[in-house]
Amino acid sequence: MEDLYRENLLDHYENPRHHGTLEHADISHEESNPLCGDRIRIDVKLSEDGSRIAEIAFSGDGCIISQASASMLMDEVDCKPIGEVQKLERQDVLDMVGAPLTAARVKCAMLGLKVLKAGLYQYLVDHQK
Amino acid sequence: MKDTIRSLDVARIRQDFPALNERVHGRPLVFLDSAASSQKPIQVLSALDQAYRTSYANVHRGVYYNSERTTDLYDQAREKITRFIGAPAPENVVFVRNATEALNLVAYSYGRHFLQAGDEIVLTELEHHANFVPWQVLARERGIRLKFIPLTPQGTLDLARLDELLTPRVKLVTFAHVSNVLGTITDPRPVIERAHAVGAKVVVDGCQAAPHMPVDVQALDCDFYALSGHKMLGPTGIGVLYGKTDVLEAMPPFMTGGDMISSVTFDSVTWNEIPVKFEAGTPAFVEAIALGAAVDYLAALGMDAVRAHEREVVAYAIERLTEVPGATIIGPTDPDIRGGALTFTIKDIHPHDLGTLLDREGVAIRAGHHCAQPLHVRLGLPATARASFYIYTELREIDALIEAIYKAKHTLRK
Repeated sequence: MEDLYRENLLDHYENPRHHGTLEHADISHEESNPLCGDRIRIDVKLSEDGSRIAEIAFSGDGCIISQASASMLMDEVDCKPIGEVQKLERQDVLDMVGAPLTAARVKCAMLGLKVLKAGLYQYLVDHQK
Repeated sequence: MKDTIRSLDVARIRQDFPALNERVHGRPLVFLDSAASSQKPIQVLSALDQAYRTSYANVHRGVYYNSERTTDLYDQAREKITRFIGAPAPENVVFVRNATEALNLVAYSYGRHFLQAGDEIVLTELEHHANFVPWQVLARERGIRLKFIPLTPQGTLDLARLDELLTPRVKLVTFAHVSNVLGTITDPRPVIERAHAVGAKVVVDGCQAAPHMPVDVQALDCDFYALSGHKMLGPTGIGVLYGKTDVLEAMPPFMTGGDMISSVTFDSVTWNEIPVKFEAGTPAFVEAIALGAAVDYLAALGMDAVRAHEREVVAYAIERLTEVPGATIIGPTDPDIRGGALTFTIKDIHPHDLGTLLDREGVAIRAGHHCAQPLHVRLGLPATARASFYIYTELREIDALIEAIYKAKHTLRK
């Protein structure tokens, strides 16, 4: 807990990576956590064959944990194959945050991953033959 | 730091609360979340322990010593609560799980029996979900219209708007005696008088009032009053619905089963008398007995002294928080109309981050919408931070809160 709000997390919050929105994105998805008002939108452009993430951006507002962990997630998944991104789990995000979170705050940290996975899933459902 | 408060001997009181001696993250606990649930004194813990440890048996119907003894203690607890809230008789005190159940009982039993399509219910913009959703569900089900007493910019009920809301169609008026978010103390008397003038029944949510100030339901003349035991030194799982005799008698039961019937045949049933008519099944009698001990504890302190102490704590907290750059107090800043809950925001710090950082300093506050989402929408805030106080809160704990806020601001470079 002592290390939670350390330099790395605050740096991601104050200087979020891949922050903004993308025009002509293949995937745009947004969700919020009504309990605390955290909101995250993620836009994704896929490579031509649709197999990997070519460009990604997030926007939103909320607590430091939700926004910084989304920024960390962007760094992690940029240019990765979709298959790998789909395999990301709760523990991967917790590892990115790198400091223990109480149960109530885990939810904040997971919002970015939840939005990304839900967006990807919807895209795959819409594009499967 | 100021001198200790004369209205209550807080240092003495704190000795009765073992949980206050705990340490959190290696620091002394500064517990500022009593509006969510209070800590328990040893007198209440002992009452629970004794009730289970000695002469334990189910209440009512038993013809042996233990059952009669426990039934006697249970009845005494009801009498203590009757006196504590100024009810005319124990029959007006219905034991429920908590205020949420009390309010649902009224919405389901009274609401569904006496209200119909076209009727109106007046409530307020600051209600807790427990005094909001049961009416919303009833309204949708029956085609009843909900109308809301708006808030003034200061966070008080805009009672200048009450007369236009109180049409002859209004059958029920309900409001929080003290807001769990804004801390606003509403004087119930004028609202109740005006509601009665149009023939409406009045339900008061006393969850944040009964633990903190004198309450006299007969002087208020409300038809119903709801409270939760766990917010007033009592255990969880026990609360009270006060109701006027004629109203309770006219209402059908909320739940049916054992204890609440007078006689049952294969094709008919006669309900028991009030309050047992509303207490189907084995009640939480041990918790009720312990709530009796809680009420004894509060009555011995004197509820005027309890209120005077909290007024002083909240006044000091308002004064100290006002010094903090970027701090905004939500709701009234006049301690005369503010209960012991202080809700606030710190500029550019999300309340959840603040709560987590304060926790590191051992300071326990609440962050979120405090089960009042419609109010937060009205305030334009997704979440707020709330520090709330009780009989064991010391002014030095307010100092600890302020210091922890400064430290959080420093950590987050705000």
